[in-house]
Amino acid sequence: MTTEAVLYDEPGPKARRRIRIWTIVAGAAIVALLVVAVRRLAERDQFSMEKWGPLISPANEDFASVWRVIGEGLGNTIRAAVLAMLLSVVIGTIIAIGRLSLGRTGRIPLVGLVEFLRGVPVVVTIYFTSRVLPDFVETSGWIGGEQLWFLVIGLTLYNSVIFAEIVRAGVLSLPSGQREAALAIGLTNAQTMRSVLLPQAFRIMLPAIISQLVVVLKDTSLIAVVGNYEELVGAGERLYIILGNPIQMFTVIAVIYIAINYTLGRFAQFLEHRLSRSSKSAAVRVEQEATTAGA
Amino acid sequence: MDAITENLDAFWSGFLTSLGICLWAMVGSLFLGTVLAGCRVSPVPPLRAFGTWWVTTFRNTPLTVVLFFFAFGLPAIGINASFYFFGVSGLVVYTSAFVCEAIRSGINSVSAGQAEAARSIGLTFGQSLTLVVLPQALRTVVPPLGSVIIAMFKNSAVVGAFGVGGDLFSTGATLTSAQGYANLPVITGVAIGYLAITLPAGAILQVIERRVAISR
Repeated sequence: MTTEAVLYDEPGPKARRRIRIWTIVAGAAIVALLVVAVRRLAERDQFSMEKWGPLISPANEDFASVWRVIGEGLGNTIRAAVLAMLLSVVIGTIIAIGRLSLGRTGRIPLVGLVEFLRGVPVVVTIYFTSRVLPDFVETSGWIGGEQLWFLVIGLTLYNSVIFAEIVRAGVLSLPSGQREAALAIGLTNAQTMRSVLLPQAFRIMLPAIISQLVVVLKDTSLIAVVGNYEELVGAGERLYIILGNPIQMFTVIAVIYIAINYTLGRFAQFLEHRLSRSSKSAAVRVEQEATTAGA
Repeated sequence: MDAITENLDAFWSGFLTSLGICLWAMVGSLFLGTVLAGCRVSPVPPLRAFGTWWVTTFRNTPLTVVLFFFAFGLPAIGINASFYFFGVSGLVVYTSAFVCEAIRSGINSVSAGQAEAARSIGLTFGQSLTLVVLPQALRTVVPPLGSVIIAMFKNSAVVGAFGVGGDLFSTGATLTSAQGYANLPVITGVAIGYLAITLPAGAILQVIERRVAISR
């Protein structure tokens, strides 16, 4: 059921007229806002080719090199996000299994870890990895550059506990008959987890995992304010200082981000829709975990 | 641990600054998010389009990009303000998209019969929304809204890292880089500061969640 169907009836002639009036008023207000914004931008010379050229005109001498830097930035963003996701899924699954199979007292350190890391801002964990790690381990020779790994580890610290919660919710949402049946045919606890519960849980969790990928992609940009790894936003930052076009540069960066994340978000919705058709109740609870991350 | 005990004052004032940023951002984003949710469920097409555009844009853009826009984009067109104002505004704009979606999903969770009953006794769209649907929706909305606000408190660290200064995160950064304190204890202190808010808030939220869960 859609929202509009809940909140109002099919409008009659009077209501239609009222809606038409509001449409004109709201439309005019939005157009007025746009006009003010465009005029302001034009006054300050923000539509000049000098500022847009390097980004949109292939004839511009800087065009190729600017897009090469942006492309490399995007590549670095995706590399960091994918690495962090893979690590987080693996570590998160291990934490979740631990939490599900340990006894009441054995669980305490894991619950503590999850609560601790969930409550700390990601920018702090990234700051932590990029400042504290070099004090204790030799990081300079790491493959791919130490800055990449500071970012990846910082993101993993946070996201692995998010995934632990997603996996846990996924496993707990399965009907208890699954586990009982698996144990009844003689599988051990570990076998039950590995070959019966986790495969089903992962299927349910798929939309949540993809939604979380959006969060991770956005969070890679945090290194731009605390570290030295040139991902998409860092690349944009360096370029706009040279070219003197912050508005144009970050518009392009934002559009790239929105295009990727919107597509991923729609894909997650599509998967969720398909899952909720095949298995009635499960996808709902897990999804709630993921949307709350919000960062 | 000397780094923490010697600088308790700095940590405390940083903590208060972070709280201040959050309080402003919370008021702003709750208000803006509610208005946007109203737009998105209204029968007026331009308002719906505006709400959808807003949510799509700001939910999919990293907070850092929003902040860059505010802090360096706006001065380029002659809008100048303090970093504090830009930081809070960026946080409001970013968070409002999440608040809007939380409220909208709450509105969707109110059963159709409620709105139908409201209409059948002659309430207008505005009345049925404000008197019948929203009061019920807000109850379901409390848990996700709480999570959004907790996430916003954590995001205030990004605003701090961006250069607002004086908040919990940048206090830690100054202590380590400018005053030469060791990294580990200072960052631990910063983490404790954030946990002091997020953990109790999360616990309170769980209690509320359990309370309102029975209402439907």
